[in-house]
Amino acid sequence: MIQAEELTKVYQMGDNEVRALDGASFTINKGEMIAIMGPSGSGKSTLMSIIGCLDVPSSGKYSLDGVAVETLDETKLAEVRGRKIGFVFQQFNLLARTSALENVMLPLTYAGYSGREREERARKALEIVGLGDRTHHAPNELSGGQQQRVAIARAIVNEPNILLADEPTGALDSKTGVEIMDLFQRLHKENGQTVILVTHDSYVARHTERIIKISDGKIVSDEVNRNPIKAGAAREDL
Amino acid sequence: MLFSENFKIALRALRANKMRSVLTILGIVIGVATVVALLSIGNGATASITDSIQSGGSNLLTISPGRQQTAMPGLGQSQQASYLYYSDFELLERTLTGEITSIVPLYQSSYTVKFGDESFTSPVSAVMEDHAQARSFTVMDGRFITDGDNKSQSRVAVLGSNVADDLFGAVSPIGQTVSINGVKFEVVGLLELEGSSIGSPDDTIYIPLETGYAKLFGDTANHNGKKTVNSILISVTSSDNMDAVSAQAEYILRRAHELKPAEEIDFNVMSQADTLETLNTVTQTLTIFLGAIAGISLLVGGIGIMNIMLVSVTERTKEIGLRKAVGATKNQILTQFLIETVTLSLLGGLVGILLGVGIALAFSVTGLINSVITMDSILLAFFFALAIGIFFGLYPAFRAASLHPMVALRYE
Repeated sequence: MIQAEELTKVYQMGDNEVRALDGASFTINKGEMIAIMGPSGSGKSTLMSIIGCLDVPSSGKYSLDGVAVETLDETKLAEVRGRKIGFVFQQFNLLARTSALENVMLPLTYAGYSGREREERARKALEIVGLGDRTHHAPNELSGGQQQRVAIARAIVNEPNILLADEPTGALDSKTGVEIMDLFQRLHKENGQTVILVTHDSYVARHTERIIKISDGKIVSDEVNRNPIKAGAAREDL
Repeated sequence: MLFSENFKIALRALRANKMRSVLTILGIVIGVATVVALLSIGNGATASITDSIQSGGSNLLTISPGRQQTAMPGLGQSQQASYLYYSDFELLERTLTGEITSIVPLYQSSYTVKFGDESFTSPVSAVMEDHAQARSFTVMDGRFITDGDNKSQSRVAVLGSNVADDLFGAVSPIGQTVSINGVKFEVVGLLELEGSSIGSPDDTIYIPLETGYAKLFGDTANHNGKKTVNSILISVTSSDNMDAVSAQAEYILRRAHELKPAEEIDFNVMSQADTLETLNTVTQTLTIFLGAIAGISLLVGGIGIMNIMLVSVTERTKEIGLRKAVGATKNQILTQFLIETVTLSLLGGLVGILLGVGIALAFSVTGLINSVITMDSILLAFFFALAIGIFFGLYPAFRAASLHPMVALRYE
């Protein structure tokens, strides 16, 4: 469903050209759970923004569900993001002074759902992440782990083709981090959700079934992980 | 996305920074309040001037001395003083054939008036019997000046309502004796209060014209051995005949003053409409001028709003990035911030209108100026505030909408 061919992204920094991505090609199928790994400055964030349709490549082809993303204009890109992609960020990025329910409803608002349908779907998403009883809490009334769950509920509320998580456990302690990884694995296993984790942390990456390593804008390895760590089991150990 | 959603987002953002929002709209509040208050006071002043001129009697033509000031003064051609004579009045009375109801001369000056310990300077008008009719006076007590008074040069006076109050207070003035410039006059009548402000009979003392010439004015009302008057009032039967009578009077006086055909007239014939027009031009210019100053403060308020909105956009860069990541289009972000600015300016506008109306009412209540609050001025201020919101909101909103989602998300 994701086909990337020779993706390059060049930034102009003053007089210098920075090649953040330099000919990356890969395919990701529906229902995969995969990690994109690399140190900071490797180009993984650039790759993530292209996969997430936040940006378009300078050259190369990127097709999402058969749609050639590099040909889309800003408005179409926004629509694709709203309908096909769910983002989870390291810093949660929830709207302050806004209830969990309303935070989760946000993508549906932009997608043009009616008020009642929005609320119904947002409640369901919050139940899936285990926060059915926290719908009216504002972010500052929730723990870090709970905030990230709200963010995940917001990411899945549109039933996106891809759940794209950027260092989702980076701001959490290890116990909460494991809980979040467990949630990703459940979403993947139970709902067949495609999950792409972008991380520098090999421990986090080993929770997935396939690891793409990137360095200096190039893909240096793309391997199947035969024995993903089961966060659920680890959770029981803790 | 619905307007109401955006409105909710805007209100939430404004509530999040209450103090800042209040300070931000202060500029608009003051601007709008000033516009509304000034326009109301200006309208009030215009209305009271119109009122006082129209109360001077309907269809009145006023002839007064004076050359039209077209030549530059001090450039050789010295401006000669011009006069209207009592004989001009007699001539007009004799020869005017148009549709007139009355014609009266008037000599007006200011003198010290005294009664008991009270003493002040007051306008004194020397008139004839028909004056009351020409100016539509109502006598409240006693009688007005009569032809008999003029013939016998009797020292009688009729008081305007305010003068009577100032001189006598609660005492009835009829039959009392007042001194005008040291000459004793018996008060024989009292006029009803008109309540208008400019050139009002309320503040004037009326005496017989002949008495004035004989006993009060002395040489001031005399030029080349001829008695002078300040003005000649002609009451015309209907407003349709004003132009004809005016032209005829001008023709007669031209000949009486021996003016050559090319020479300019040394007197003015003004109708109420002319006076009204002149004064309205003045008050309107003043109102527009004051309104423009208030408009500038609105402009400054708008710049203040823009400034704060730019700060707000920078502060909320991450929020904008997030909204874009979850599917907000450029237009939706633009609308969100534009509505936020417009909400701010409209809020300021509404508070400003209330404040402005309050100020205008305060002026009325204290009796300073009877302000007239019109829907026009309120709507003008409201839509001006709206326009300011849209105009000064566009740039910050555009800045927000143009943020690159990835850059915005990473912004710290």
